Amino acid sequence: MSKKFNEIPMGGNILEPGSAMQYKTGGWRAERPKHTPDDCLWLKNGTCLLCWIFCPDNAVKIAEKDGKRTYAFDYDYCKGCGICANECPNSCIEMESE
Amino acid sequence: MSVKLKDMIQSPQIMSSGHRMCAGCAAPPIIKIMGFALRGPTIICNATGCLEVATTIYPQTAWRIPWIHVAFENVAAVASGIVEGINAMKEKGRYKHEHVDVIAIGGDGGTFDIGFGSLSGALERGHDFVYMVYDNGAYQNTGIQRSGATLPGQETTTSWAGKAEPGKRERKKPIAEIVAAHRIPYVATVDPFHYRDFITKFRKALEVEGPAFIHAFSPCPRGWRSESSKSMELAKLAVETGIHPLYEIINGDEYIMSAPSKNLTELKPVDEYMKLQGQFKHLFSPQWEDFRKQVQEQVTADWERLKKKCGIA
Repeated sequence: MSKKFNEIPMGGNILEPGSAMQYKTGGWRAERPKHTPDDCLWLKNGTCLLCWIFCPDNAVKIAEKDGKRTYAFDYDYCKGCGICANECPNSCIEMESE
Repeated sequence: MSVKLKDMIQSPQIMSSGHRMCAGCAAPPIIKIMGFALRGPTIICNATGCLEVATTIYPQTAWRIPWIHVAFENVAAVASGIVEGINAMKEKGRYKHEHVDVIAIGGDGGTFDIGFGSLSGALERGHDFVYMVYDNGAYQNTGIQRSGATLPGQETTTSWAGKAEPGKRERKKPIAEIVAAHRIPYVATVDPFHYRDFITKFRKALEVEGPAFIHAFSPCPRGWRSESSKSMELAKLAVETGIHPLYEIINGDEYIMSAPSKNLTELKPVDEYMKLQGQFKHLFSPQWEDFRKQVQEQVTADWERLKKKCGIA
């Protein structure tokens, strides 16, 4: 952050989109979500994804490649709010103490 | 407008991780869901509020699309300026995009109270932009002061509840109806829990010619003294109890009730919504029993009125 006055973009504009990624909010977390894949509808048949839609921190990382689906939490950014655990229809996500 | 999960996975997220909104805040999911509805280049104008303060802490920003911060009172004015600026540049042949959507986002304080004049002016002038308010029921960012969006019985730091007062006594402004009275082409109420409904409505709002207004309901665990994990449950309950019914208003007089509200055979009691929040705790003491009943009566009366307007018996 220690920039000289002539290195700061005009008007204090931020030129790099999404640069908040540099700031890791994972340290805010008191409880950590844990995923059990057995009943997960996303892994089973590629539906649901309520946790991914409702996650305020984009901390649910999902991917689909050649019919193979993956699911993971990004603990660098997860603030541990527990919305995913509350909304999961099959109770696949549990919150456990850090 | 397709709201398939497969398309949603492919579409880019307009807000990155690492923003400093509270854990469990419903505003980032609202922005995320809004992002699924975008159709091309977009400029966002953001009034002062939680969303602005916590997503852009200098020198970082969580936004991945062009974004401008303006004061509480003039977000609609700035959005209309951007729309007209783009039009002027297009006429001179200095603008490379064919069409750019302009979205103004304000909190409930910036929309219901402070920015209402500029919003009304922009609607009257009829610029082609979408105004979205994320309504969390008070000035949560500055320390939970009461606003025009605060529900009756809600305890805030400027409407304390105790022996003499049951929190705020006045009713909430019916902002969607007030805005619809400007006879603008499209007004809708949405909530993040019914995200498919949200995406379809937001896309409609972008597609209409002229101003459109979206009223999004955004639970706030910090100010509502609710559990952070219950935010989406509260958004769902707000629809089920009739506190935030989902409907559209077209050209100011055609009311259409949306499916999540229409499919309710009967409203749930408001108590169920209030029980999950610490800010309504005092209403369950015997002293304010009557006041709670009054709130329930008011919600039911508003619901019946809305049903009549939508032509549902």
